Amino acid sequence: MNAKDTVFLEDTFKKFYFEHFDLLHVPDDPHQREFGYQKFNGGMNRHISLKSDKELHLLLMQNKPSDVYCSNARYMFPNLPMSEKDWQNAELIFDIDAKDLRKEHPKNNTLIKCSDCNEISALGELCSNCQSTKLSFITLTCDDCIKLTKDEVLKLNKILIDDLGINEENIKIFFSGNEGFHIYVHKSEYESVGSRERAELSDYIMFRGGIPETFGFKKFNTNKSSLPNFDDVGWNGRLAKHLYGIKSNRPKISQEILSGGYTLFQKRLEDFRDSIGIKIDPNVTQDIHRIFRLPGSINSKSGLTKIFIEDLKKFDPYIDACFIDDEEIEVAVNCPIEFSLKKKKFGPFNNEQVSVPKFVAVYMMCKGIASSV
Amino acid sequence: MINLGNDEIVKYPFLTEAGKYLNDKGFSLDQFGTDPDLKKIVDTAFERIITSSEGRIFKSDPLSINSALPLEIFSFLIAVILLKLSGINTLIRRFSLAEARRAEKFLEKDLMNHQDTTKAKLSLQIFQELFSVTVEKIDEEFTILVSDYLKHSINFHEREWKLINRKVTNGKVHLTPHETVRLVRKELDRHIYTKINSSSTPEMIIGFETYVDKLKQLAKKFEVKTVESKEFPPCIKHAIEVLEKGENLSHSGRFLLATFLLNKGQTVEQIAPLFKNAPDYNPKVTIYQLNQLSGVSGTTEYKSPSCEKVKSQNLCFPVPACDTIINPLQFGRKRV
Repeated sequence: MNAKDTVFLEDTFKKFYFEHFDLLHVPDDPHQREFGYQKFNGGMNRHISLKSDKELHLLLMQNKPSDVYCSNARYMFPNLPMSEKDWQNAELIFDIDAKDLRKEHPKNNTLIKCSDCNEISALGELCSNCQSTKLSFITLTCDDCIKLTKDEVLKLNKILIDDLGINEENIKIFFSGNEGFHIYVHKSEYESVGSRERAELSDYIMFRGGIPETFGFKKFNTNKSSLPNFDDVGWNGRLAKHLYGIKSNRPKISQEILSGGYTLFQKRLEDFRDSIGIKIDPNVTQDIHRIFRLPGSINSKSGLTKIFIEDLKKFDPYIDACFIDDEEIEVAVNCPIEFSLKKKKFGPFNNEQVSVPKFVAVYMMCKGIASSV
Repeated sequence: MINLGNDEIVKYPFLTEAGKYLNDKGFSLDQFGTDPDLKKIVDTAFERIITSSEGRIFKSDPLSINSALPLEIFSFLIAVILLKLSGINTLIRRFSLAEARRAEKFLEKDLMNHQDTTKAKLSLQIFQELFSVTVEKIDEEFTILVSDYLKHSINFHEREWKLINRKVTNGKVHLTPHETVRLVRKELDRHIYTKINSSSTPEMIIGFETYVDKLKQLAKKFEVKTVESKEFPPCIKHAIEVLEKGENLSHSGRFLLATFLLNKGQTVEQIAPLFKNAPDYNPKVTIYQLNQLSGVSGTTEYKSPSCEKVKSQNLCFPVPACDTIINPLQFGRKRV
């Protein structure tokens, strides 16, 4: 990012923070948390201890960060190096991201950026300028992706409540500020479990590692009655619904399953991971020393804010998480596809200089497709 | 504190304070080395160690329970003394495990004891006090909190213990009595092992020398020599192939490859060139990260991830030789 863009974004983010201190709070037990921040074009500054909202706000004003983070873990000494922090416990966090859900890049919402010549084009196999195949993908606002991700969050919530016994009021959902959601579980007995236990929880939620015997299919002497039933609790019930669709299909389909044999059923169980397993990012859940984007802070990948969601169904990130003002700004843009923010459509812009509201300018600069003039 | 009757001490002798128990019964250790009437106890104690060293469980003699000298309790306590005098860790390990498995059988029976509710209560109390696990009984099944279950089940490698292969509802895991007890075997083993290890070693007791010498002889049988082939496991071969083709190897793949080679004794300078074909190769960053993993720049020397972890990251491409290992570092290692 060039120096002019950096200054522009730093000032814009700082103004946002100054005007929205009400959105930015240190979490419970702030003295036990590790904070961190990044500056535009800079590395990560970690192992910071902040004790109050006031100290947090001061850090934002003094450092003009591009991104701000806070640990889900509580430590005795959060500002010491990792091995000396003395980990106490950590809230359970799940990350569901659109990039892990879609099977392919959404055609009308994706740009490609060439690693050789930096040209930006609409989605294709090759760079439109130099025909290189070294491409990176930039996804712009995509309602279908958000819808898909929300559905996955709802499925996760049901498992957390029904299977893992988590109190619904202790589950808090946040928009990540880009393409996904962070699901926080507060005040649960899972706070004390370590990384390996969390990896097991991830496997459970993702439907990984199931064996045929769990679903009533033994190597010998299996009969139809032992296969999953609609009324079963947990994964047995969910698998039954997936396998049979409707109750009346059970006799026919369970017979087919038995005829296919043990090995085929085992193989099918592995395939079901993709269809019924919840697509969380397991690395996020099992990393107990991670620092997460702080709620209320801006995500520098998009200029949108990580924000708590009251009503997931009604939530629209492209309206509800877009807090930058609409002062008109001149920018040079190359964006050959259309996108929408705050219910308005923008683009396509073909290597041109345009005047757009500041929230659009910030969004495009964060996506790396525009720069200030 | 759990209150134990004689019946319970026979089943769970590790719950007693050894020295105190002997004193309370009016015995001193020296007596066991010299008193011919007590020789049977020392012989049984020795036998108890031999049985455990062979991976078998010492069988209880029901007649001894009500005798004036409870053989089962004394033989356990004297076995511990013999082990301490021999100072051989392998034998202590085997003994702890065998004793844990012996106690497991009694715990399971007590859990299911419908006639004598005090026995069932005591077994639940053992779970609570020794392992901090609250077990609840629902009909013929037992339930424990998912979080408690995970803290114990992660020690098992068999897939049946994975949470996905359990009945889970409302934050509880449902288990049979056998599974409930099996779940804490490792902790029971560790409890007994720690208790033996933390007890003080007495001076050599006259009359115990021959037993101790025999144990030292026996221990030689367990010295293991291994040979190791130079061949890499398939997950490592795959990671190297991906890099050689100039394709992108995931962060977890790079972590696996680097930690594996570092753990095998290669240096940062030897490993760094492997990454030069990576699409995002940066020599400075590579050296920095390798130094971090090796513990040169950071405080932690990172270990190669387990096969389970590699599998969960979709980086495992098993061959038959992988069946018996739980970490890629063990690939190609054979006992001779």
